Amino acid sequence: MSIGQNTLAAPAGSADALSRFEAQYAIHRRNIAISTTLFWTAFAACLVVSGITAKFDVLTLIHGLPRTTEFIVKMIPPIKLETFVDDIAEWYWGIGKWMNSLLNTLLMAYLATVLGTIIGGGLSFLAARNLAPSYAVFWITRRVLEIARTVPDIVWALLFVLAFGIGPMPGVLAITMHTLGAQGKLFAEVNENISPLPSDGVRSAGGNWLQEIRFGVLPQVLPNFMSYTFWRIELNVRSATIVGFVGAGGIGHDLFTSIQLLYFADAGAILLIVISTIMAIDMLSEKYRHRLIGKDTLGR
Amino acid sequence: MLDIERLTKKFGDVVAVNAVSFRVPTGQMLGIIGRSGAGKSTLLRLINRLTDPTTGRILCDDWHGRGIDVSTLRGRELRRWRAHCAMVFQQFNLVPRLNVITNVLMGRLSYHSTLRTLLAMFPQRDRALTIRALQRLDMVSHALQRADALSGGQQQRVAIARALVQEPKILLADEPIASLDLLNATIVMEALRRINKEDVITVICNLHLLQTAKDYCDRIIGMKAGAVVFDGLPSQLTDSIAREIYGSGQEGDEELALAFSATSAPPSQAPVTRTGTGQ
Repeated sequence: MSIGQNTLAAPAGSADALSRFEAQYAIHRRNIAISTTLFWTAFAACLVVSGITAKFDVLTLIHGLPRTTEFIVKMIPPIKLETFVDDIAEWYWGIGKWMNSLLNTLLMAYLATVLGTIIGGGLSFLAARNLAPSYAVFWITRRVLEIARTVPDIVWALLFVLAFGIGPMPGVLAITMHTLGAQGKLFAEVNENISPLPSDGVRSAGGNWLQEIRFGVLPQVLPNFMSYTFWRIELNVRSATIVGFVGAGGIGHDLFTSIQLLYFADAGAILLIVISTIMAIDMLSEKYRHRLIGKDTLGR
Repeated sequence: MLDIERLTKKFGDVVAVNAVSFRVPTGQMLGIIGRSGAGKSTLLRLINRLTDPTTGRILCDDWHGRGIDVSTLRGRELRRWRAHCAMVFQQFNLVPRLNVITNVLMGRLSYHSTLRTLLAMFPQRDRALTIRALQRLDMVSHALQRADALSGGQQQRVAIARALVQEPKILLADEPIASLDLLNATIVMEALRRINKEDVITVICNLHLLQTAKDYCDRIIGMKAGAVVFDGLPSQLTDSIAREIYGSGQEGDEELALAFSATSAPPSQAPVTRTGTGQ
C-alpha cells in the first residue's frame, strides 16, 4: 500500500505546520480579544462619565418625550379638508413679511460666503506648509484662522451687534468670520495636497510667489475650492437664521420673536419655510458639486 | 562662460553635491551622467537656484553681460537669473489644467509686473514668441489644448517651448527623456541639440543613458556620490571609466547594464518626423 502511505505521509508533515499555525493563531486571537475588551471598556467608561456630567437621565427622557410632540402639535394649527385653502392662508398670514425676511437671510448668507471665501481663500495660501513664505507666517495664519472659526458665530454676532447695533450687518460680519476661518483651514489642506511639479516649473521660469500661486497652484485647487464653497452656502443659510436670534434680523429674528411671544403656529410656519429652503439649496448645490467633482475626475 | 566653483549642497548630514567645480564655455552641449542619487538633479537645481547651495560659487555673465555671482542673488535679480538659465524637467512640470499657450507664456512671467501677469495679460510680442517657439517644436496645432491632454513627448516639447520664450542663454535639462519612449526621446534630444547649435544656447543635460550622452553631447561629466569623477570628450569615456562612474556591486552592475543599453538610436539614423504628433 505504498500509495496509501504516501497520502498519509503528506498530511503528517502539514499537520505539524498546522499545529504550529494553530498555536500562533491562538496568540493572535488572544491579543485581539485583549485590545477589543480594553477599547470597549474605555468606550463605556467615557459614555457613563459624559452621561453623568451632562445630567442625562433616562427617566426624564421618557417623562419628557411626549411633551416634545405636544410642542410640535402646537406649531401646527387645526387644518380641515373642507376649509383647507383658507386654513393654510390663515396659518401663513405673514407670508409676505416672512419671505422678505427669508430674502434678507439668504442675502446675508450669500454676502458672508463671498467675503469669507475671498479672505479665507487668500489666507489659505499662507496657511499651507508647502506654500507659506516662512514658518512664522504659516504659524500665525493658522492661529488666526483657528480663532476665527472656533469662536461660535453666535458669539461673533453678539460682539458685532454690541459694536455696530442691531441689523443684518453684524450678522454678515459674524458669518464672514466663521466662514473665513473654516474656508481658510479647508483650502489650506487642499493646497497642501497639490503636486509640487507645476509650481516648480513656474518658479524655474522666474515666477515670483504670487505668480507661482496664480498659475502653479490655483488651477490645481480651484475645483475643490468651488466644491467647498457650495457646501459653505448651505451651512451659512443655517447660520444666518441662527444669528437672527441675537438681533441680526432676517427670518431668524421672526422665528425668535414668535417663540418668545408663544405664537407657536407662526413658529411652525416659519420653521417649515426655513427647512424647505435649506433642503432646496442642499439639493441644488449637491447636484452642482457632484457635477464639478465628476467633471474633474473625468478630465484626468 | 559658466563657472562652477567648489559647489556643495548638504541635506542634513547627506552631502548631495560635493565641491563640484567645472567651467562651461558658451554654446557647449554638456552631458552629465551618473547613477541615480549621484547628485545630478541637485546640481542642476543649484545652478537654476531652485535649491540654495551650502557653500561654493556659481559665476556667470548676466543678461547685461556683466560677471555676477549667482549664488548670492535674491528677489527680482534671482528670478531674472532663473529666466536666464531655463530648466526642463523629467516630469515636464507643466500646469495640467492650463492650455499649452498659457503654459508656454509662463516663461515670460519674470519680464512683466506681477499685477499684469496675474490677470494673464501678456503683450502681443509674448504671444508671437510663444507661437514661434511652438512652431519650432511642431506643437502649434496643440496650442489651445490642455496640457494634461497631451502625450509625454508632446508635454516635454511644450516644456522646451516654455524654456525658449524665457530667451535664456543657458538651458538646463534634468533627465529630459527618462519618461519618454524611444521615438519621443529622439525628437526631444534632437530639439535640444538644434536649439544648442542654432541659438548658441549652452545646454547642460542630465542623462541616464551613456549612449545618448555620447551621441548628442560635446563634452561629458561623470558624477559619483556628489563629486565629479570624469570630465572629458565623449571619445575619452571608455568602458572602464563608465564602470568606475556607475560603481561596482550588484546594484551598480544593474545601473551599468541599463546605462549601456542602447535604447537611444544614433542621431544619424534617427527617424525624426517633425510633422508627426509623436503619439
